[in-house]
Amino acid sequence: MPSMSLFFSQLFNGLAMGLLLALISTGLTIIYGTLGVVNFAHGALLVVGAYAGYSAYTMTESFLVAIAVGSAVSLVIGLVVERGLMRMYYSRPPEDQILVTFGIGIILVEIVRSIYGGISLSVPTPEWGQGIARIGSLIYPLYRLQALGIAAATLAVLYYVLYRTSLGLIVRAGIEDSEMVNALGINVKRTFLLVFGIGAMAAGYAGVIDSPIVTLSPDMGHRVLVDSFVVVVIGGVGSFPGAIVGGIIAGEILSLTSMFNPAYSHVMLFVVMALVLIFRPQGLMGQEGRE
Amino acid sequence: MEDKKTGKVHEAVIDRRALLKMGVAGAAGSMLLPAAPAFAADQKQPVGNFPAGVDGDSVFIGLTLDLTGPYSAQGADQQKGYELAIEQLNAGADEVKKISPLTKKGVLGKTVKFGVADAETKPNTAVQAATRFIHDNKAMVVSGSTSSAVAIALQKVCNREHTIYLPAISGSNETTGVDCQRYGFRLCYFAYTACKAIAPVLAKNMGKDRKAIYLVPDYTYGHTTYDSMKEFTEKEGWTTVGEQVHPLGAKDYSSFLINIANSGADTLVVIAYGADAANSIKQAKQFGLLDKMQIVVPYMSAFLEKEIGADIMQGVYAATGFWWTLQDKYPISKDFVSAFEAKYKAKPRDSAYIAYLTTVLWADACERAGSFYPPDVIKAYEAGEVRQGPIGDVSFRAEDHQGIINFPIVRGKKKADMANEDDYFEIIEVVDGRAALPELGVLGCKLGDYV
Repeated sequence: MPSMSLFFSQLFNGLAMGLLLALISTGLTIIYGTLGVVNFAHGALLVVGAYAGYSAYTMTESFLVAIAVGSAVSLVIGLVVERGLMRMYYSRPPEDQILVTFGIGIILVEIVRSIYGGISLSVPTPEWGQGIARIGSLIYPLYRLQALGIAAATLAVLYYVLYRTSLGLIVRAGIEDSEMVNALGINVKRTFLLVFGIGAMAAGYAGVIDSPIVTLSPDMGHRVLVDSFVVVVIGGVGSFPGAIVGGIIAGEILSLTSMFNPAYSHVMLFVVMALVLIFRPQGLMGQEGRE
Repeated sequence: MEDKKTGKVHEAVIDRRALLKMGVAGAAGSMLLPAAPAFAADQKQPVGNFPAGVDGDSVFIGLTLDLTGPYSAQGADQQKGYELAIEQLNAGADEVKKISPLTKKGVLGKTVKFGVADAETKPNTAVQAATRFIHDNKAMVVSGSTSSAVAIALQKVCNREHTIYLPAISGSNETTGVDCQRYGFRLCYFAYTACKAIAPVLAKNMGKDRKAIYLVPDYTYGHTTYDSMKEFTEKEGWTTVGEQVHPLGAKDYSSFLINIANSGADTLVVIAYGADAANSIKQAKQFGLLDKMQIVVPYMSAFLEKEIGADIMQGVYAATGFWWTLQDKYPISKDFVSAFEAKYKAKPRDSAYIAYLTTVLWADACERAGSFYPPDVIKAYEAGEVRQGPIGDVSFRAEDHQGIINFPIVRGKKKADMANEDDYFEIIEVVDGRAALPELGVLGCKLGDYV
């Protein structure tokens, strides 16, 4: 039986891991929740942002510049993809959207691989995040604690922009009836462009924030995509509080199960996801009937 | 070469005059030696792609490489090793002749062509690619792997198709153990040999009273390496505290690392491979584990030293298939390293080395068989002829098709002691591959029929 100190350590780790998962899922939640597009290029956009941040860090040794560059590159790619391709797919069936975003993801990852190669790269922890924090008996990397705060603040800002400003209102109205919104003199297309760009930027931003914790490899987006879907499905499609709740639940499942049998931690995650899909298909905090 | 992604076909150009000479020489030889095995093909029943795969002037090798996924860096390095070997074979290079004295130009006079497919570190994808090579390209041999799950799947499908399969990297005991196949030949060192060899070195240098915890990828390679390492370190007096099993390609290791920090172990045995090894060790450092625990890597992936840096790698003991400074001791190693550097402007790692050597030894087996007829080639492998490879004697064991190959145990150098940017390791010992092998029957190999 695990000791109480190990239990509390894993409980805290589950929370920290969960908020990071929520942050990583943000880009997917934004695009899925507002535009209704299942963006399979989400993981690839995160990879692009992380690698762009790596290049910026290598050149400037400034993590803040890395965040800015990683976010900006993903934003630009998001805008180009929406303007050049995704716009034509909003009215098409979901499987078409999945295929086209999946293809975009493959192209982006292979571009990254051709530039950087397959060897894992590492962004060092920024100076202000180096060291270890002691919380009771738990020894925890300082940067992970800071990332927890960064994730919470970022989610709050995005929630405000998308749900407490007119932008969010226009997007949600546009999804329901774009012709009517157009008739009211609002350029819906431009709003969709902006939202897709913000979703892509959020993925790239999360990639840079995550990069001091993990090593970068071109294929890391696959795991990110899977984890993000689990978070979104558990929490509820399009619900920001749902993404946070989904992330924390996922983090706690991974962390607490590993105490008893590490091999089952990911299995348990999918078991819980399956249970949610059976008993509450819209997710814990999603709205019924929302497409 | 045919690239599956682009559909382009590249091939090494064979000089027409040389081809004519070979034809004349062959005809003359056949008159003098009517029973020469090279011309016994007509009498053989069709097996696999024989004789259709060799009725022209070329022979095709299908390369199933993990070019994407957590082992993609190793897959890309393997491709370089294969390309170098095929280029040298087609050119009749002296480097090849030192390993395979019978080889002249090409293999049995035929130009070697090859195609590359991405196995994606996934058995299903690998099997589809191999099947395409066998049916569409009439491949006489399929080669390449980093994941043992891929290697074992490919070995089974190639055995069914009566096509020789040569894994490149495959660390699982099962590849030439319970999952061995008549048509499969694994050259590289593996879990059992690595652990048997490294355990005494660890006990001598780190002490016999160690408590070890393991980070284990959740598939055949991880589990069999754990079993072997546990067995051999416990014989040296070590205690096994436990194992943390993680999925292949895991991103966040924090929950495993917290368990490790609370385990009371003083040694972390990293069985994780490729990108997983680099990622988990980086995160272990963040959790402060490397200040109180010593890392051991019983089966080290190519480029790990580069990925985690000399600061973390210093003092770490590891087993590997090859390290480039072996060229100081072995002339054939020097040939290989020099040729690789000249072509790719980089030092080779063990994945490229195994790919290179397994291709040359396949050519050698064909030359010794005097035919591409698969049962004859298999019997040539099984004859156990010892050749001189880049690390000395190399051959195959007939009973389980395991390569008998020497390999080094290395220790990470301090950054200050590195003579150049690639000088990460000192070689502690070159392991006698024959002595490290398990006794026959231990791993449960039962080879099937030839046809």
